Amino acid sequence: MSSTGASAASSMDKATAHNPAMTTSGASTLRMKVTKLNFYYGKNHALHNVSMDVATNKVTAMIGPSGCGKSTLLRTLNRMHETLRHTRLEGEIALDGVNILTLDVTKLRRMVGMVFQKPNPFPKSIYENVAYGLRINGHKGRLDEAVEKSLRRAALWDEVKDVLHKSAYALSGGQQQRLCIARALAVDPEVLLLDEPCSALDPVNTAKIEELLFELKPTCTLVIVTHNMQQAARVSDSTAFMLNGDLIEFSQTGHMFTTPTDPRTEAYITGRFG
Amino acid sequence: MNFRLVWRKSLNVVMLSLTGLCALLTVSALFFILGYLVWNGGKDLSWNFFTHLPAPVGEEGGGMANAIVGTLKLLFLAALFGVPIGLLGGVYLAEFGGRTVPFLVRYTADLMNGVPSIVIGIFAYAMVVMPMHHFSTLAGGIALGIMVIPTVLRNTESFLRDVPRSLREGSFALGANKWRMVATVVLPAASRGILTGVLLALARVAGETAPLLFTAFGNRYWSPGWMQPTSSLPVIIYTYATGPYEDWHRQAWAAGLVLLGLVLVTNILVRAFLSRGTAYERT
Amino acid sequence: MERHFERDLEELKERLLWMGSLAERAVHQAVHSVLDADEKLAQTVLREENAVNELQIEIDDRVVQLLALQQLMAADLRFVLAIARINNDLERIGDQAVNIAHSATRIVRHPRVKPYVDLPRMGELAEKMMRDSLDSLVRRDIELARSVLSRDDQVDQLRDQIFRELLSYMMGDSSVVFPAFELILVAKNLERVADHATNVAEDVIYMVAGSDVRHPAVDRNPA
Repeated sequence: MSSTGASAASSMDKATAHNPAMTTSGASTLRMKVTKLNFYYGKNHALHNVSMDVATNKVTAMIGPSGCGKSTLLRTLNRMHETLRHTRLEGEIALDGVNILTLDVTKLRRMVGMVFQKPNPFPKSIYENVAYGLRINGHKGRLDEAVEKSLRRAALWDEVKDVLHKSAYALSGGQQQRLCIARALAVDPEVLLLDEPCSALDPVNTAKIEELLFELKPTCTLVIVTHNMQQAARVSDSTAFMLNGDLIEFSQTGHMFTTPTDPRTEAYITGRFG
Repeated sequence: MNFRLVWRKSLNVVMLSLTGLCALLTVSALFFILGYLVWNGGKDLSWNFFTHLPAPVGEEGGGMANAIVGTLKLLFLAALFGVPIGLLGGVYLAEFGGRTVPFLVRYTADLMNGVPSIVIGIFAYAMVVMPMHHFSTLAGGIALGIMVIPTVLRNTESFLRDVPRSLREGSFALGANKWRMVATVVLPAASRGILTGVLLALARVAGETAPLLFTAFGNRYWSPGWMQPTSSLPVIIYTYATGPYEDWHRQAWAAGLVLLGLVLVTNILVRAFLSRGTAYERT
Repeated sequence: MERHFERDLEELKERLLWMGSLAERAVHQAVHSVLDADEKLAQTVLREENAVNELQIEIDDRVVQLLALQQLMAADLRFVLAIARINNDLERIGDQAVNIAHSATRIVRHPRVKPYVDLPRMGELAEKMMRDSLDSLVRRDIELARSVLSRDDQVDQLRDQIFRELLSYMMGDSSVVFPAFELILVAKNLERVADHATNVAEDVIYMVAGSDVRHPAVDRNPA
């Protein structure tokens, strides 16, 4: 992964600025690593030999046209594909070096959380929604501190601190999605997977959540699937472009959106696709 | 041309009127029954009716307290036996997959629904009454319980299926296993619908007479505990209505009114409760 | 709501202003290397040329990244475009300073042609125009930018004056042709510096007010 060194949010390293061949620090460790992943929905070979790195405390985005496999890939990272029948997975997915297929799946899902496309709060109060993950882990009684901490991390505390007992459905769409983020954060996951988290939201709420991702980055590794490539450009550090189940290109976001290597990537990014 | 137009218009009017008339007849049937019952039975409803035992044969007065209590006890047992089985069966059908077993379960449940209630009564007679050598509330409760199962099962399954998949996924993604997910998210979400289904099933079996004839049988006095035969509203209506005494006939009307009232009120309350919407947001 | 790219915009401006200060210093030192016949100073200017060029590349990189990744609109877009243009003007100013320094190294070999009167004035004017145009960027001050535009004519006049004077010197005494010629070049370079400063001022006006004040003769609304 080479870089022009101009990742939008970091300070410029003068040496890399005009030396594209030089890579930025290889010091960022890998939180997750996908190696030669093949995925099947029944007979349909949905992912072909996909390999990808997820860097710690960075945002990794996956873009590509509908049906390219980006959501499928995302869902293998916390083994959500196992909730469906007739799925088969070959290859390796490692979390901190450990193959996730060997872990207890409920433990895995507490370490790798997920936020879905359409906000899906439970039919409970705001408080109980956030506390849910903790409760099923055995916490009993008052979880006030933990709930507050999560809601603060999700930038929702100030808006709901006085109405924690109210039903989650009393919140607006954007607030519900932030509630779902708080709910996922409550169990302190190492990785947070976001499956098109803003596609059901209006631009203002989308912007709020994008800013939230920046705030979360230092304490959490984020992987986001988005059909909106401008969003990937805005928020991510690395981007993967997928097409028909193949990972076509994976590089630093600044590099991909200015000088993509593969012509298919260029065609997609410049909107000349299809 | 003109004739055709006139013909079409008049046909339109006639058909609309006919459909309106039929709708009116349907509605009036219910109101007619209700009215008739109120007219005939209303007079005999009194504090006496609800608190006293039947008077000795031939004497005037007396009440139906034991029948009312008996029906309530029978419904309690029916719920005790039928609801857990129906509920858990519904959970199985909705949450666990497979092709043949769920199909068989559903098919069997639907068949069970169609079994004549008297046959269920005979079954309970053979299974419970005969070994015990006497009639009992328990046998009656079991018979009614069996009748409750299919309704609760299908109803539970239906409302559980209505819960959106997104809620289930949300629970899984937080590290819940299947049973936890069902118990903490899906069942609570469907609880309103399931509850109404249970109440409706109970209201329906409250009026079943045939199965009680050879299980609970009947009792002129209080029935202590669960092992004695007991009086119940439907059976007492049958007994009194076909009896020789005028007084009995009047009391039968009153009992009929009470039974109908019980069923109607349950239905109306349940529908009002359900119309307030589901606990979760429909996708 | 504060957006994360605002930090990037701030950093971009800071880098540009740093480049501006380097260019300012280069021009100042170059002019004084001529006026004081200071060859060492001229060498300093030549040595530090690289820094300005490096910054130009860096700033261009940042601009490309911001435009590609952030879908900037309205004021943000004009800001980045203005920075990109000013970037080029500053680099040219750097080049002019280098040219002046080169001239200085050649002038020192010859005795002084005449007392320098107009040249220091021109140098001061050009430097002030540069400083004011960069200040107007920082303060987003359109009036200050406009004042820079109005001073360009003065600089042009001074250059013409210097041309005429030196020309007459050269015609009178052929031994002063080399240094006088270099001085004419220096005047030309200073006039270019002033031109670039006016470009910067025009870009600032575009950035702040959204109006393109270049080339007043061009008809912007052809019927």
